[in-house]
Amino acid sequence: MGVPMTRGRWATWGGAALALALAPQVISGGFALTLMTQMAIMIIFALSYNMLLGQGGMLSFGHAVYSGLGAYFAVHALNLVAKGAIGYPVSLLPLVGGLAGALFGALFGWVSTRRAGTTFAMISLGIVELVYAMVLMLPGFFGGEGGISTNRTAGGAHLGVTLGPAIQVYYLAAAWCFASMIAMFALTQTPLGRMANAVRDNPERAEFVGYDTQHVRFLQFVLSAFFAGVSGALSCINYEIVTAENVSAVRSGGVLVAAFIGGTPFFFGPVIGAIVYVFFVGALSGFSQAWLLYLGLFFVVMVLYAPGGIASLIAMQFPVIRSGRLRELLPSYLAAAGAAAVAILGLVGVVEMIYRVSDASLSPQMTLFGLTFHARAAAPWIGFGLTLAAGLALLRGASRRVSARWRAVQAVLGGAAPGRRA
Amino acid sequence: MSAAAALELRAVRKSFGKTDIIRGVSLEIRKGERHAVIGPNGAGKSTLFNLMSGRFEPSAGEILLNGEAITGLRPFQINRRGLSRSFQITNIFHNLSVYENVRCGVLWAAGYRYSFWHRVGGLRHIAERTEEVMARIGLAGQRDVPAGLLSYADQRALEIGITIAGGADVILLDEPTAGMSRSETERAIELIRGVTEGRTLVMVEHDMGVVFGLADRISVLVYGEVLATGTQQEVQANAAVQEAYLGGLHPGGGAAGA
Repeated sequence: MGVPMTRGRWATWGGAALALALAPQVISGGFALTLMTQMAIMIIFALSYNMLLGQGGMLSFGHAVYSGLGAYFAVHALNLVAKGAIGYPVSLLPLVGGLAGALFGALFGWVSTRRAGTTFAMISLGIVELVYAMVLMLPGFFGGEGGISTNRTAGGAHLGVTLGPAIQVYYLAAAWCFASMIAMFALTQTPLGRMANAVRDNPERAEFVGYDTQHVRFLQFVLSAFFAGVSGALSCINYEIVTAENVSAVRSGGVLVAAFIGGTPFFFGPVIGAIVYVFFVGALSGFSQAWLLYLGLFFVVMVLYAPGGIASLIAMQFPVIRSGRLRELLPSYLAAAGAAAVAILGLVGVVEMIYRVSDASLSPQMTLFGLTFHARAAAPWIGFGLTLAAGLALLRGASRRVSARWRAVQAVLGGAAPGRRA
Repeated sequence: MSAAAALELRAVRKSFGKTDIIRGVSLEIRKGERHAVIGPNGAGKSTLFNLMSGRFEPSAGEILLNGEAITGLRPFQINRRGLSRSFQITNIFHNLSVYENVRCGVLWAAGYRYSFWHRVGGLRHIAERTEEVMARIGLAGQRDVPAGLLSYADQRALEIGITIAGGADVILLDEPTAGMSRSETERAIELIRGVTEGRTLVMVEHDMGVVFGLADRISVLVYGEVLATGTQQEVQANAAVQEAYLGGLHPGGGAAGA
């Protein structure tokens, strides 16, 4: 909050910069690099979404409109560069995307920010459907079903950067990611950012200390749309194609899930969420057709048991760690993790077999966890079913132990619950 | 009157559907006075406050703040013209710290408005003003406590702190001591006396001890009409007031019309 750069904050930002810079050195491989580029882009998108949900109390179902339209303007700008019509460094395309996002944020935000709550959510859903339909109706600009393709290397080399190799795209995304993170964090520390929290918590009171809540929401919305547009332009550079999917409700739902899983009450929550989300979408989808089901289950579990997201689970540990009592909790945590692993093992087995049986085009002979078996045989069903049941039973016991240990430790610490941070 | 009144209501009416809540109130609050509005439950005191502060728009009549019409303006517009109010039911930013709650009251008046280019933590005079208000309301020791975790009396103090933080010259307090114990009430009276020094105060209050201890003048509101306005003696001597409101009670003692 109003604190100057503390040592902890330097460490956090330094760590973030270091992680972004060194990730490709530590984790090698073309696939990993692709994933990490997507993560950097998704981090910007999820953080921009959290400017609405976490900081401003605006539940949007249509945030992809701003990243997607930003991507469309970026792709046209890039194609103009390719034709030689304009000279513009491709590395700065995210600015074009950001401005386009902000422009449409101003347009649609003017309509939708009059109220928060259900009204806002409904209007955001209406806008995303409207824009999606418009994109398909105006193929001249949006390219219809096929979208618009481009070539990111068309701008030639700027300062030795051609954007041909994937590693260059990663570092471009990482640099924009870092700059955007700092900018979005800085915004939370401004009068507007603080009042966005106030309007989120109690719009009525904010009106009685001189603030037009609609204007606070509107500005927050436009700024958020700017960063969404930045992420959109980066995804345009990364994939070299922009389609209607970029402005869809599906993508809008994705960013909601990512931000929520990570933790909307915390600035860094969506960063974690973006990484987890891209892992699910990018990595897991290569291994299983059921990845969306796993993501959905994970989301539901988080909503039910950890509404503050992964970040809140981590933040809850800080006072425990500071007091040196983590050791008292660790055994119960490990037991719970073990139980969860057993349950997941059983669940994955059952789910994968259901997929295998329901898809006639697949051979029922399957390999999972190093085991080869027949999906129509009784033994694997019984085996995985029992594993799942045992895992859930163990998890029940383990979670009771965790909460008992947790209460004991909290009683010693004075029971201070972790406060909501913005 | 030599100068314009701080707050003036001219034949203000408010009805919800067919129900008339405020039935033609004309009232003049003088600059610098402490004015209490009393009356039985359902008399329309809170509605009157909501009209003055812009929460409701009057059905008829006119409201002037420092001589300028504010009828029909939104709450934030009225606040920017120098009127600030508190609420009967505590209305604070529950998830924000005490410090941030108070600072929310400071920012607009200090001219920072919707700025997204100032780092709020680096604005020294904002910090000083916020600390000063926290000290005045006795919450300096609970700077970083989330407002939702404060005790009831502390939340009431914070409510007043947010209200006065912007330095508005007309302060409206809606039952500032409601639900407080005797000792808490006494502290609240001192607090209100201190923070409204040199400003105009209008308050709704049930506790006659608070009213007679603080108010220069009193208006008695019954069924949406002002029966009488005057000093404590004048109001107590008023026959209509005695009949309609105070009844057989001896003012100066406990609460009337609770």
